[in-house]
Amino acid sequence: MDLPIFLIQVLNSVQYGLLLFLVASGLTLIFGIMGVVNLAHGSFYMLGAYTAFTLSSLTGNLFTAIALGVVLAVAFGYVLEWVFFSFLYRRDHLQQVLLTYGLILVFEEIRSLTVGDDVHGVSVPASLSASLPLGSTMSYPIYNLFISVACLVVATLLFLLLRKTRLGMMIRAGASNREMVRSLGIDIDFLFRVVFALGVALAAFAGMIAAPASSVYPGMGNQVLIICFVVVVIGGIGSVTGALVAALLIGFIDTFGKVFLPDYSGILVYLLMAVILVWRPEGLFRENAV
Amino acid sequence: MAGIDHGQQRRRIVQALGAASALGALGAAAPAFAQSTKLKVGFMLPYTGTYAALGRAIENGFKLYVNEQGGKLGGREIEYFTVDDESEPAKAADNVNKLIKRDNVDVIVGTVHSGVQMAIVKAARDNNTLLIIPNAGVDEATGPLCAPNIFRVSFSNSQPGLAMGIVAALRGYKTAVTITWKYAAGEQSIGGFKETFEKGGGKVLKELYVPFPNVEFQALLTEIASIKPTCTYAFFAGGGAVKFVKDYAAAGLKDKVPLLGAGFLTDGTLDAQGGAADGLLTTLHYADNLTTPRNTAFRLAYAKAYSSKADVYAVQGYDSAQLLGIGLRAVGGDIGQRPLLIRAMAAAEIDSPRGKITLSPSHNVVQDFYLRKVENGENKSIGLAAKSLADPGRGCTMG
Repeated sequence: MDLPIFLIQVLNSVQYGLLLFLVASGLTLIFGIMGVVNLAHGSFYMLGAYTAFTLSSLTGNLFTAIALGVVLAVAFGYVLEWVFFSFLYRRDHLQQVLLTYGLILVFEEIRSLTVGDDVHGVSVPASLSASLPLGSTMSYPIYNLFISVACLVVATLLFLLLRKTRLGMMIRAGASNREMVRSLGIDIDFLFRVVFALGVALAAFAGMIAAPASSVYPGMGNQVLIICFVVVVIGGIGSVTGALVAALLIGFIDTFGKVFLPDYSGILVYLLMAVILVWRPEGLFRENAV
Repeated sequence: MAGIDHGQQRRRIVQALGAASALGALGAAAPAFAQSTKLKVGFMLPYTGTYAALGRAIENGFKLYVNEQGGKLGGREIEYFTVDDESEPAKAADNVNKLIKRDNVDVIVGTVHSGVQMAIVKAARDNNTLLIIPNAGVDEATGPLCAPNIFRVSFSNSQPGLAMGIVAALRGYKTAVTITWKYAAGEQSIGGFKETFEKGGGKVLKELYVPFPNVEFQALLTEIASIKPTCTYAFFAGGGAVKFVKDYAAAGLKDKVPLLGAGFLTDGTLDAQGGAADGLLTTLHYADNLTTPRNTAFRLAYAKAYSSKADVYAVQGYDSAQLLGIGLRAVGGDIGQRPLLIRAMAAAEIDSPRGKITLSPSHNVVQDFYLRKVENGENKSIGLAAKSLADPGRGCTMG
């Protein structure tokens, strides 16, 4: 492998890692801060991608579709928390798994009934459809770079929100002691509803922004769900920084694994998870949660 | 793990679904007293999940032929039984036993998914039940696991690859890289391509694999760019095919290293692939623009009966019924005369909408493969890739 090819592979790794982070960040919020095992997280990603497909063909513009879609996702997440998830906090994980698994089936069926079971594509906006030539044979789609930038922006905003704002402070306090925060006169129920809506919006946003670079197909959410849990577990439950590091790590392992150890590339990520859990059972960034 | 058969979700309109389920209901509600005289056909097909549309197309195609014959095959009226296999290999053994043990069917028609197919093939061998495979391409069914009572009218996984290898060598491509998911259907397709391509003087430089059903191709596309072969042969289907074709074009490889594929790469996925698929060459036993009178008549009849466009799966369902019809006519509808029935089916010459087809000694379909080019959102045949191409049926001890 010569240097230019190596550098392109590094770029591939970072790009894949950042996208993984974007999907997993919502999961780490809901799972880490609210303590709910949300198997339906992948469905939000799937719903996001289908929303991008439907809205962009209606409005003719992907960015309008994404803006509309994020608003819809926040509203959807807000209602969903109110109707279902707010009953789950004091219950054990098994009941959470049961409900959220049921939601996966419901969302897939709704998708099947409304949009159908076809595979769809979303076209890349004209302003971002060019490619940068890299090396002699290859070029790199600008849209992929755009995804990476968008992921970095979201990561930064999320970090600032949790670390530097009053809302972030309340969220972190609520994560460590719900009852204490409530007794201080903060409406914790409302707060968690907001966090949940944010988590749903992050997953849906990831689905929407990835849709043009990927394809939109039934079952796409379940595929992404598993790798998201790996990201969250490796990074340390509830740690956004951990999720970012873990996602990039997986990006590198997956990319270079496919090149150097093609026969084992399917298991390398899980091997990584096993090794990290033996070394640090709490994940990489557990101590300084959030 | 899913098979090749993976074909594709086909656009289908609501009326068609309604018509299909209504037909299914009628079949199930047949009066009990007539059962002794009716021939029992059991459909084991996916009616839910990703391949639901394929299952319905196969059933529609089958029933279309039966209805054209006045609802009878070989003078026998048909009673239908259906089991939804959900494309779920874990439930396959139980599901096939519902048809064999509970419903006591005379013949099974199924299925789409290769993993489920393996269970059906095993059950058909154990119980000596007559089986017609309307889609799943898993090589073993007409290879090491072949049996006199097992027939396939669709394709074997190797076949489109074998056809494309011939084309690639004839076009003067010297080197190739192959890429697919690491699972049986993909490996068998690559095996077919490699066999004929290298026989024709080409050389496969590297076989690249992605874990199934992973769709992160960027690392391997970079590999292809660094190896610089004269062509790439790919086997993907469904969502993976859409993403692969788009990624391949976005990586700027399409114009430098021509992409060749088994037909599934561009079948039922063209709307989603858009311009990225333009000009791609694939091989399959069917194309969107076959204008033979036989195909035109078939498509017209299908559209009239189900208000939806016929596709390759409908053709395969239709031919399953034709094959059964030929067998039953030879024995005057008496399915008990098994040796005579099987001899007639094995020797069948079927006038399929795709062209004339026959069967190989291992009971896999022998057929022409079309070389197809993607133009204006259609897979247009631009000639024959291979005439009367047979799967070698390795491991089969019949015939």
